[in-house]
Amino acid sequence: MSTLALAVRDSSTMLRRNLLHARRYPSLTLNLLLTPVMLLLLFVYIFGDVMSAGMGGADRSAYIAYLVPGVLMMTIGSTTIGTAVSVSMDMTEGIIARFRTMAIHRGSVLVGHVVGSVLQSVASVVLVGAVGVAIGFRSTDATALEWLAAFGLLVLFALALTWIAVGMGLVSPNAEAASNNAMPLILLPLLSSAFVPVDGMPGWFRPIAEYQPFTPAIETLRGLLLGTEIGHNGWLAVAWCLGLAVLGYFWSAARFGRDPR
Amino acid sequence: MTGLAIAANGLRKSYGDKVVLDGVDLSVPEGTIFSLLGPNGAGKTTVVKILSTLVTADAGDLRVGGHDLATDPQAVRAAIGVTGQFSAVDGLITGEENMLLMADLHHLSRREGRRVAAELLERFDLTEAARKPASTYSGGMKRRLDIAMTLVGSPRIIFLDEPTTGLDPRSRHTMWQIIRELVAGGVTVFLTTQYLEEADELAHRIAVLHDGGIAAEGTADELKRIVPGGHVRLRFTDPAGYRSAADALREAARDDEALALQIPSGGSQRELRSILDWLDSEGVEADELTVHTPDLDDVFFALTGGAAVPHQPTEAAR
Repeated sequence: MSTLALAVRDSSTMLRRNLLHARRYPSLTLNLLLTPVMLLLLFVYIFGDVMSAGMGGADRSAYIAYLVPGVLMMTIGSTTIGTAVSVSMDMTEGIIARFRTMAIHRGSVLVGHVVGSVLQSVASVVLVGAVGVAIGFRSTDATALEWLAAFGLLVLFALALTWIAVGMGLVSPNAEAASNNAMPLILLPLLSSAFVPVDGMPGWFRPIAEYQPFTPAIETLRGLLLGTEIGHNGWLAVAWCLGLAVLGYFWSAARFGRDPR
Repeated sequence: MTGLAIAANGLRKSYGDKVVLDGVDLSVPEGTIFSLLGPNGAGKTTVVKILSTLVTADAGDLRVGGHDLATDPQAVRAAIGVTGQFSAVDGLITGEENMLLMADLHHLSRREGRRVAAELLERFDLTEAARKPASTYSGGMKRRLDIAMTLVGSPRIIFLDEPTTGLDPRSRHTMWQIIRELVAGGVTVFLTTQYLEEADELAHRIAVLHDGGIAAEGTADELKRIVPGGHVRLRFTDPAGYRSAADALREAARDDEALALQIPSGGSQRELRSILDWLDSEGVEADELTVHTPDLDDVFFALTGGAAVPHQPTEAAR
């Protein structure tokens, strides 16, 4: 069997294993959905009037439109915490040592985790998006191509954060440490344009908020779904995604390649 | 092929400043059971981890299944199966799913995979539990599933790192039976154990690992010949009887406190009979007669410097 065929076959076996885990034990994935959904409902129904007033007197539905793309990106961040936790848990299992002594494609263990996690992210985004639609989110005049691009962006962003999360999982000795190490993945959206525009933040903080990975991705998603100005955010978002994915990949591969203790 | 399943020369490994293996030489002929003994922390598991490609050695010419560990680990992996000290099963999925996972990773067809999985589950008496999550299995069941998973790829060389640690006596005997069957089928087994009885029972050759090197190697009988200590022990309840016997049997070592006499003997039927004849001719009537042969425990303690261990049964107070 060629190296590529071996890689594909073993990775899909590992993917099946991870999806089996997720299906058998859905509570971890579902718990991680609670945070974005709660924040969505909190900001719409509790803070909604203040928020929309603060953003120039628009009504609540305008704030829902503003908020949902941010919450969707946050959902990805939240789901990938689960990735870090499950990778670190997996690495403590004897079965990983068994995999290492088998004549299988070396990276398939990680690729299985990554693909499984991206699929879970997409499923989570669909669920949270459905909640958004239920409380009144509508895209404005998005073409089929823009929908496709939006979907592509979500997948790419999920892929980037997942590889980083896998690296975090590999360096964490246990599940608690992994969950702590992966915290930035859910805290960063709070410091982005997800809930309030960057313009409304203190001047010294704006550059941080503007150029961290979440803001360009959120602004690009908004542009695609709502027709707002994307500008340089599109390229920034793609660059962040590719950069993080490549960094996460090499980091994870190097960590996994080391001798286990 | 050289006829050697495993050949190691000058195997070295340190963790930081701590030298674990300092030039270990091993050779294991195909189709035999080789047992590595050693006190806890001697580096038995490290040897297994290195030979099974899990960790890399610092130095040494190492060949497993005819392949060089350093240059072609993937070929080694294709030839071996490993059952580690801690069960290498996926607890979140069922026993059957664990087996099918192995079948997929060995690239068996779907049909072949199901057949092999069902067959091995049956052979290891796991068919009933096949649909339950592996995390709910007892220790013995997990170990059996572990071995069954190792066998999916029909490996020619199997590493078993303390396969019976923590098992009850019945499960232990089941495991021994499994290991014997494997070797009958031509498989080579590399076994580490902390039970000397297990090595004695199973292994064709035994090596004792101590202080980073092999302290002794050979068959169980060869090792037992290294240490002296075979004797027949006569115990008396009546001091007068003891004294007259001690006078009659001058060659015997005396233990006045225990009222016991020790006569050196290899323990064979012939030697035993001549001792009994001698006792009859001298008119000695002991209340208790026991035969002590040096066992692997004696060898182990002699080689690893643990002579002061109190429960050693043959310790003679003179």
